[in-house]
Amino acid sequence: MSEEFNLSANQLDALREIGNVGAGNSATALSQIINRRIDMNVPKVALVPLDSVPDLVGGPDTIVVGVFLRVYGKAPGNILFLLPQKSAFYLVDTLMGKSHGDTEKLDFMDESALMEIGNILAGAYLNAFFTFTNISMLPSIPALAMDMAGAILNVVLVQLGQMGDTAMVIETEFLSEDDGINGHFFLVPDPGSLETIISAVGVE
Amino acid sequence: MPELIRVGMADYKVGKNPATLISYGLGSCIGVSLYDPQTKVGGLLHIMLPDSTQARASDNPAKFADTGFPLMLADVLKLGASQSRLVAKIAGGAQMFAFANATDIMRVGARNAEAVKKILRDSRIRLIAEDTGGTYGRTVSIDLTNGIYKVKTIDKGEKEI
Repeated sequence: MSEEFNLSANQLDALREIGNVGAGNSATALSQIINRRIDMNVPKVALVPLDSVPDLVGGPDTIVVGVFLRVYGKAPGNILFLLPQKSAFYLVDTLMGKSHGDTEKLDFMDESALMEIGNILAGAYLNAFFTFTNISMLPSIPALAMDMAGAILNVVLVQLGQMGDTAMVIETEFLSEDDGINGHFFLVPDPGSLETIISAVGVE
Repeated sequence: MPELIRVGMADYKVGKNPATLISYGLGSCIGVSLYDPQTKVGGLLHIMLPDSTQARASDNPAKFADTGFPLMLADVLKLGASQSRLVAKIAGGAQMFAFANATDIMRVGARNAEAVKKILRDSRIRLIAEDTGGTYGRTVSIDLTNGIYKVKTIDKGEKEI
């Protein structure tokens, strides 16, 4: 199954660049919503064993808030925006105009606000993808859960698990200037989608 | 200090008293424990998917209920357990995200639970405790000194089954 992941250095670079622009779009959108500067790291594009994916966000029993969107179109996949619990509360405080530390659990409105953030980030991200690849990708409505990172990542990993033992992950970390918010944005193409994306970019 | 043995996703470990087998952050996955109360030998299997025949070939049989369970069973028997004394406990199989039009893959938790129960029946091993379903993650552990299976959740605390 690994042949489809035999990417050249140039192809990995191309994916990283697309991820970079996508995440840049998303970071700008988030920054405008909360009126704070958002920094991001250079996206990681990596093929990782399924069981080590939870370690990317602090281990399988770390409590996180996850916003999940399914991506439809010619290159289907999944988007997962993960925030450590503290960051999610901080982001809710910011969005809802509350003092920091006010949010201690998520009510319906808070969840709705976070899902909308996930929606906006995903839209901004996929737009960049479209610009590069001309592949139109549409996000589903978002779903949210607050739980152990391992349990939340399960949703994505199970789908990949039917096809193989590794996940191609395009991951970016966001960080707000006051360090209150850090989040991980994952795009996990379905097996097969990667080929579509790579051939659309036209890099060998 | 008894040994704490970590079981990763799509993996299994076996051991004997004194040791605790633990697996963190199960969502739709299932943690299947086996325990022989007399020899105090047991195992913990963390499966992701119900059926290897519906998936592409994998290098990792422990990912599936149908291929993972026989491996764990063989290993606990090797450690001195007796199949007739073995008892099973299972936990996990949640649906983490509620979608209106849940596809098969979203309901994989329930299918995992069914598959595990069928395999236990077919192997004539008694299932004596179960904590499956729901919409929340679980961390599970089995203490091989007494066979107590602990299920830890974020909102509902910890319970022993």
